[in-house]
Amino acid sequence: MKVKDRKKARSYMEFLYIVPFLILVLLFSYYPLYGWVYAFFDYKPPFPLSADRFVGFKWFKSIVDSPTKISQILKVLRNTFAMSGLSLLFSWVPMALAILLNEIKQKTYRRIVQTVTTLPNFISWVLVYSIAFNVLSSTGAVNSILMNLGLIDTPIMFLQSSKHVWFRMWLWLTWKNAGWAAIMYIAALSGIDEEMNEAARIDGASRIQIIWHITLPSLMPTYFVLVMLNLANFLSNGMEQYYVFQNSFNKEYIQVLDLYVYNIAMGNGGYSLSVAISILKSIVSLVLLCVTNALSKLVRGEGFI
Amino acid sequence: MINSKPKKKKMKVSMEDRIITIVSYVIYTLFAFVCFYPFYYIFINSLSANDLSEKGKVLFWIKGLHFKNYIDIVKVPGLFNALKISLARTVIGTTLTVATAAFLGYMFTRETMWKRKLWYRLVVATMYFNAGIIPWYITMRNLGLTNNFWGYIFPNIVAPFYIVLCKTYVESVPKELQQAAEIDGAGTLRIFWQIMLPVIQPILATVAIFSAVNQWNSFQDTLLLVTDPKLHTLQFVLYQYITQATSLKALVNSTSTSSSIAALATAQTATSIRMTVTVVVVTPIVFVYPFFQKFFIKGIMIGAVKG
Repeated sequence: MKVKDRKKARSYMEFLYIVPFLILVLLFSYYPLYGWVYAFFDYKPPFPLSADRFVGFKWFKSIVDSPTKISQILKVLRNTFAMSGLSLLFSWVPMALAILLNEIKQKTYRRIVQTVTTLPNFISWVLVYSIAFNVLSSTGAVNSILMNLGLIDTPIMFLQSSKHVWFRMWLWLTWKNAGWAAIMYIAALSGIDEEMNEAARIDGASRIQIIWHITLPSLMPTYFVLVMLNLANFLSNGMEQYYVFQNSFNKEYIQVLDLYVYNIAMGNGGYSLSVAISILKSIVSLVLLCVTNALSKLVRGEGFI
Repeated sequence: MINSKPKKKKMKVSMEDRIITIVSYVIYTLFAFVCFYPFYYIFINSLSANDLSEKGKVLFWIKGLHFKNYIDIVKVPGLFNALKISLARTVIGTTLTVATAAFLGYMFTRETMWKRKLWYRLVVATMYFNAGIIPWYITMRNLGLTNNFWGYIFPNIVAPFYIVLCKTYVESVPKELQQAAEIDGAGTLRIFWQIMLPVIQPILATVAIFSAVNQWNSFQDTLLLVTDPKLHTLQFVLYQYITQATSLKALVNSTSTSSSIAALATAQTATSIRMTVTVVVVTPIVFVYPFFQKFFIKGIMIGAVKG
């Protein structure tokens, strides 16, 4: 009896130890969800919610209540789909890089290129923008080299342009992430039994055949999970990259959903409208997450949540 | 007859071998160059004559070496303060995040804890949703964390991903270690402090380095929460400099207005300020990363096994 009591006391004691941390989680992750009620009020920032009028679904309807607004939201969705679609379309690039890196057998060289190509993943988007600005400005490296070679007469304004915005954003994203993403596959490759490769070689398999029949299949599970995660985050591009790169020239093409939510909130103080849009986005994202997780369970036998 | 067949095969393989090797080396070398050159370009420009640099004449090596840019940026208003804020949030934030991840990672393996699974799920679930920036901003305002240094720290203390990493690592430690201590009468906290903490140090190094990079790079929270320039971080200040460098150069250039060639080479231009500040902000990452690369890689290996 006494032992049982002591055990119980200990089990509650251990819970008490983590209570302060649970409070932090509730405050910073769950309590903000309460803020969704702002989407149903005519919220004017300095006043408390009690002073605001309840408006029901007014803000949700206002997203599509006039032709200009409809074309605006369609543009934003188009940009979001384009950016996420490009990422999805080229999601095999890091895997291909990993296979190439795996074929570089010279250890020192391999370590050097691996370090150099993964470094951009660890700098901020502000720094990426700064680098883009310095390298692509009218007197920057790219324009100077192109002019020296006589390929162009006048500098190309890479950043102040509305052309190929989606593709260029994808390029910067790839520059930043691809090297690091490749390492994730390398981790999966290190699990391949070296004996299997050896056996294949003795059986007379060529290098291409080994890549095709051993390396690639062993990368597929990782690739599948990453594609599913990509799909689950289809609407969430994040805003930082697009925020730092946006300007009056490319705004039409660069404004993705996350940036749009920020821009309207900061614009005319449209807090309520902004919250309404992020609610819709969250609901769709949740559905996507459940669908992709179910799909993953169906294919691999286990989900990723 | 028997000998010739394998020989033929070997020839074919080595040809194929060579092509694959060449393709791998060429593509990866190009990729590495594209990743490396921008950093190098900005670095050599920050040390070159500013008039040449502004005209785009410095492409492959330093021309007209001088260090005045690095002396002058001290005069850029707010930069030193921003450096202090960035360092403070990196050090304080990382310490608290790592300590929390270690403790919760251990606590969530304690099967004796009351409703352990429920609390664990409550924490991990937060990885998969997000209330949105405005509800988050309003929360932070209600808690008095806007225009407050602790607004950089508190929301990041409990980091579910790091907790999962630590928990996975603790689970890989032989159970006998804990059991032995328990038989000797050690309590929950004592087991953590004296047994677990020394054993899980490798994973804590990984978490520390991830967390430090995140804190150093963080930009969005300053953008959303802070209007007081005293709390601006290095990332935020750099962003401002890129967009306003032209007005800054007047502030930095000293009183002399002489246009002799020597003065032109060291007078600050919008380009020189931008590049020099960029070097300052990127340096900690470039210097720290190669040494800690193995910790990062270990981090995703464990994460990949888990995910």
